[in-house]
Amino acid sequence: MNRQIILITASALVTICAHAKLNVVATTADLAAIARAIGGEEIEVTALAKPSEDPHFVTPKPSYIAKLNRADALIEGGAELELGWLPPLLDAARNPKLALGALGRIQASSAVNLLEVPTTLDRSRGDIHALGNPHFMTDPLNAKAVAELITARFAALAPEKAETFKLNLTQFNAHLDSKLEQWEKLLRPFAGRRVVAYHNTWPYFARRFDLKIDLFLEPKPGIPPTPAHLSDVIARMKAENIKVVLVEPYQNRKTAERVAAETGAVVVDFCQFPGGLKGTEGGYIELLDYLVTTLAKAFETTERQ
Amino acid sequence: MYRFTVGFAFAKVLLIGVAIAAGAPPPEQGTADALKDQIQKLQDQLEHLQLRVAELESGKTNLPSPAVPALPAAGEPAPVRAAGWSPAEPITVARSGSTYVDISFDVMANVGWSTAQNDEVRTGHHAPYERGFSLRSAELALEGAVDPYFKALSTIAFALDRDGETVVEVEEAYAQTTSLPWNLQIKAGQFYAPFGRQNTQHAHEWAFVDQPIVLNRFFGPDGLRQPGAQLSWLVPMPFFTELALGVFNNRNTSFVAGSAHAHEDGAEQHGYSPLHGGEPVERKLRGPGDLVLVPRLCTSFDLSDTQTLLGGISAAFGPNDSGPHADTQIYGLDLYWKWRPERAEAGFPFVSFQTEGLYRRYEAAQRIGDTTELSAETLHDWGVYGQLLWGFKRRWVAGLRAEFASGDDAGFDSPVRADRFRLSPNLTFYPTEYSKLRLQYNYDNRHGAGTDHSVWAQLEFMLGAHAAHKF
Repeated sequence: MNRQIILITASALVTICAHAKLNVVATTADLAAIARAIGGEEIEVTALAKPSEDPHFVTPKPSYIAKLNRADALIEGGAELELGWLPPLLDAARNPKLALGALGRIQASSAVNLLEVPTTLDRSRGDIHALGNPHFMTDPLNAKAVAELITARFAALAPEKAETFKLNLTQFNAHLDSKLEQWEKLLRPFAGRRVVAYHNTWPYFARRFDLKIDLFLEPKPGIPPTPAHLSDVIARMKAENIKVVLVEPYQNRKTAERVAAETGAVVVDFCQFPGGLKGTEGGYIELLDYLVTTLAKAFETTERQ
Repeated sequence: MYRFTVGFAFAKVLLIGVAIAAGAPPPEQGTADALKDQIQKLQDQLEHLQLRVAELESGKTNLPSPAVPALPAAGEPAPVRAAGWSPAEPITVARSGSTYVDISFDVMANVGWSTAQNDEVRTGHHAPYERGFSLRSAELALEGAVDPYFKALSTIAFALDRDGETVVEVEEAYAQTTSLPWNLQIKAGQFYAPFGRQNTQHAHEWAFVDQPIVLNRFFGPDGLRQPGAQLSWLVPMPFFTELALGVFNNRNTSFVAGSAHAHEDGAEQHGYSPLHGGEPVERKLRGPGDLVLVPRLCTSFDLSDTQTLLGGISAAFGPNDSGPHADTQIYGLDLYWKWRPERAEAGFPFVSFQTEGLYRRYEAAQRIGDTTELSAETLHDWGVYGQLLWGFKRRWVAGLRAEFASGDDAGFDSPVRADRFRLSPNLTFYPTEYSKLRLQYNYDNRHGAGTDHSVWAQLEFMLGAHAAHKF
């Protein structure tokens, strides 16, 4: 009788352990996509922010507290991207696995070097992130660094599956490297081109592909476009023959369209997060593929005009 | 509450603030040569760094990712700042993660006009005075991790009274555990009791310039807030459910009013309770039954990807000052619903609805009144408010609040139990997350006192650490 109970308990435990997948929560869809690429079947991934949602202003739904409470790991962008909504959720979630410094707290920004770190903090210049521009995942090499960090942490959290994670990382890197070569080739003819964006989301993308995305519809970060600023932008676009305006799903497309109409430019839908635009649902590499091909196409069409 | 002169209080706080923020000795008084040396060194360093940047950029390599910290056994090392301080280095105040405490300072300045005055219609300590300019809240908030076991938050609010004298108020000062097992959390210190939704919010988080009538009547102009302790439990369920139990000192309008007789109409009754008309009885702490107990259960569901509902039931039980054995019971229901589309820009557009309904059972013992002796009776009061907000355009929010409060007939005819209806439309413009401009009109009908009209404009501005939003 006793032996039977022990046996049943033991087999139940084994079953539980065998099926216990790492429960991972990612703040945004790009980080979730990388986690899926590394974790594969061995993990459950939930993204909090919707891919079409502004990552600075996510509704802090109480349901996220329940999700964070059960998580084994949290992947966040860091660098103050989630500052406006994540901290109270984490307070309420009461999950020591996600405490700062814990293995399960994965801050992607700690794996990359941030651009645009302000030397002085002054909000009269707009809502500037004190730790640097947090949209670093738009550079594929940063994504590789983040994937490496995620792999190391996953391996530490589930050592028995470490080999799988490492194998997945190798595959992800190989796929990304080959793609990166194609992307660079596609955009090389347009090196040095200046592009207008609604918000300063793309400095990492611009650095990687040798573009200049430094003219914005927002007069200052977080401040909505004003007529005076837009007319300045339009004048510069005309003077420098700038033909592409990037706009993200949650940004005011009408403003971008108005500027484009005045300058003969095209509005190109851009997005930081897989699933934010149709055709980008597949994952991180599919998203970058979409961005690069769409942009290259936009350069080509405007050139022919 | 303590009174200081304006200058003294502010100067003291500022000095402390600067001392915390700078956290470094003043620059050393060196000779010109020493400075030259230093500048030369800095130039050398700069050249070196420029070279390094050029190298890295030309190589088109990704900057080597700092060796991935695979096993941060003792936590990730905090970024190290160079020792000492040079005049060229900016003083950084409250940069997140680089100070032990996040500091913010939030001010609400008002101007208004009303057919009423002298606290006849205003509700809440932080609400604007009826006429003229007023500054009823300049709030210094300090927040940070105490150690691996506690985080702490403190908000010290300054306000100017009608004479321009500064009133200082410890709104909240509490520590909260961060690593208790079994989903538990303990909070202790001075803080807002977990009753309903608005009671736990600071004035600058409110969607209107003043406090709802029913909260003002039941909990007084500062809300239900006393030194105390609270245990809460996040119930392990697939959806958010939290149980909380708070225990507090009994000083409050509905319990033992003490010296805080301030009411919506400010009618001090010269030693008589404006609520029950009798001479208040001191209720000494003889046992746990003389404290105020506040249990709460709240839960939340996502109705869809764009709609969320949060609801709760709360209660407050404790002794009252009408007699040596009299008690008060208060029950409340609250509901908050919010819709926001998936492609919202900077949080706009949105629609939200918030409502709270409260009922109070107040056992009034036999009392000695102003002129008469009042018999023992039970007073029943209730009140409800509902507010609808519409963020119709980026930066713009239109709001409408309707409320009603009432009490049954009793031996003492109290103005703070009479029927009162108020309707408040308002419009708020948020230039950024750090400032707002609000215009509000109140149509206010009090039974027996007639109808009053008030208009207020409010400017809020905030310095320092970014405050995170709660749902």
